[in-house]
Amino acid sequence: MINRDLVIVGGGSAGMSAALEAYSLGVKDILILEKNDYLGGILNQCIHNGFGLQEFKEELTGPEFMTRFSKAVNEKGIEYRLNTNVINISKDKVVSYSNSEEGFVEIKAKAIILTTGCYERNSGAIQIPGDRPSGVYTAGQAQLYLNIYGQLVGKRVFILGSGDIGLIMARRMTLEGAKVLGVAELNSYSAGLNRNIVQCLQDFDIPLYLSHTVKEIVGPKGHIEKIVLAKVDDHFNFIPGSEIEFEVDALLLSVGLVPNVDLISRLGIPFSKTRGAVVTEHMETEIEGLFTSGNVLHVHDLVDYVVSEAREAAKGAYLYLNNKLSHKGHMYKVSPKDGVNYVVPQKIYIDDAEDKLIFKFRVAHPFKDINLVISEGDRVIKKIYKPAIIPSEMEIVKLDKSLFNKENENIFVYVEERK
Amino acid sequence: MKELICITCPRGCHLKVDDDLNVTGNFCPRGAMYAKAELTHPVRTLTSTVKINSKVADRLPVKSARPLPKELIFKAMEEINKVTMNAPISIGDVVIKNIFDTGIDIVATKDILK
Repeated sequence: MINRDLVIVGGGSAGMSAALEAYSLGVKDILILEKNDYLGGILNQCIHNGFGLQEFKEELTGPEFMTRFSKAVNEKGIEYRLNTNVINISKDKVVSYSNSEEGFVEIKAKAIILTTGCYERNSGAIQIPGDRPSGVYTAGQAQLYLNIYGQLVGKRVFILGSGDIGLIMARRMTLEGAKVLGVAELNSYSAGLNRNIVQCLQDFDIPLYLSHTVKEIVGPKGHIEKIVLAKVDDHFNFIPGSEIEFEVDALLLSVGLVPNVDLISRLGIPFSKTRGAVVTEHMETEIEGLFTSGNVLHVHDLVDYVVSEAREAAKGAYLYLNNKLSHKGHMYKVSPKDGVNYVVPQKIYIDDAEDKLIFKFRVAHPFKDINLVISEGDRVIKKIYKPAIIPSEMEIVKLDKSLFNKENENIFVYVEERK
Repeated sequence: MKELICITCPRGCHLKVDDDLNVTGNFCPRGAMYAKAELTHPVRTLTSTVKINSKVADRLPVKSARPLPKELIFKAMEEINKVTMNAPISIGDVVIKNIFDTGIDIVATKDILK
């Protein structure tokens, strides 16, 4: 069996930035395993701009953003394998993969960073009543066909779900000559960024139907012909008489992303509400030396955040490889409370932690005029006033670790109404 | 008084602009620039793809090197869809020079080397 210091599974933006960070810290024996025949992952098909404002202080398209990383990976001579399918990761960190050049290979890794991204919820996941015709795509599939292969999947399109990819595709398909009849969102608020509502929908007079969903798909002859849209009440029940019919030849689904944790789902490690693994301050799972970051840990709004989180994992892997992660001493359990949906990380070994503790979290539903509170037990450590906050915008709070005095084992993150 | 949502970055600031184009609610100076432009001559960066003769790719992603006047977006798409490029292409290579005499080029956003 081959031995390696660090194996990174997934060569997208998280995997490449983890590799580059580990390399710059002094880890030289690195191998990236990538299933596609190119690095960069999903950014290859995200041809729109808006990437990199945090990372590079300039606005880049997805391919431009990822090329900066892939060039650096090549310049530093970091090894990677393309067209490579990782089959298994074992508890003792044996990574099994196959590709057409090497066949079946097993590597004993000292440390692993899992950066396998996320996948789209599809029509099976939301179980729309009606026929099961062709012409129903996830927004990312339609994006792949259009931006990589130059194929428009429909001329009269409806989009279910207001996730950012759906909004981006509403604009993209309109520019290519399709008529986008509308975007429907089950919730009373959009799942996408405000800027995308403006520049992808309002710019093109595409209506956004909040509190609406598709009640029926009609396509008895094998291809989609019609959808029936209906309004829902506060409990998501259809409101009778609210139905609107749209003749369509394609329905796009932008109804959520799910961390792609297949490779670690059978290791017996705990998972959190994000559907990613429970991790420490260094993005380390319960298996020491197995790290995970990016969208496989929790789905991010911005690739810039994915990149910085991958660097945290890389720092963890570097420390682990140099026996500098003690996994000992005072351990905080980090938990969401009132109004907060999840917090990453879920555990903090305060003695191992960097000088700044980084908390990433989302609220459970929109709030106005509230404080976000981070407390150690009952002791409030930080209050942040927010005039408005929505679940689709992830909050990142960095706090000096000296603010925490190890008197309690719990850190809470919650929403506090202002009186 | 007009209310706008800034599209410059994902923060999406809620901007207020008065009749004299004074902007409030912006987190950074780019927000004020956006609001003024939006109320006088709105512009958008256009991204799309063009055909490419290549061994590895069917489409080459492109963008307007700077934001285009909004009213030219669909006309620019027509021009973009007429173009076929040949590999090798590097990021920044000009695909359409000075589109509609705006002084703005349509440029490649991906390296396609063969």
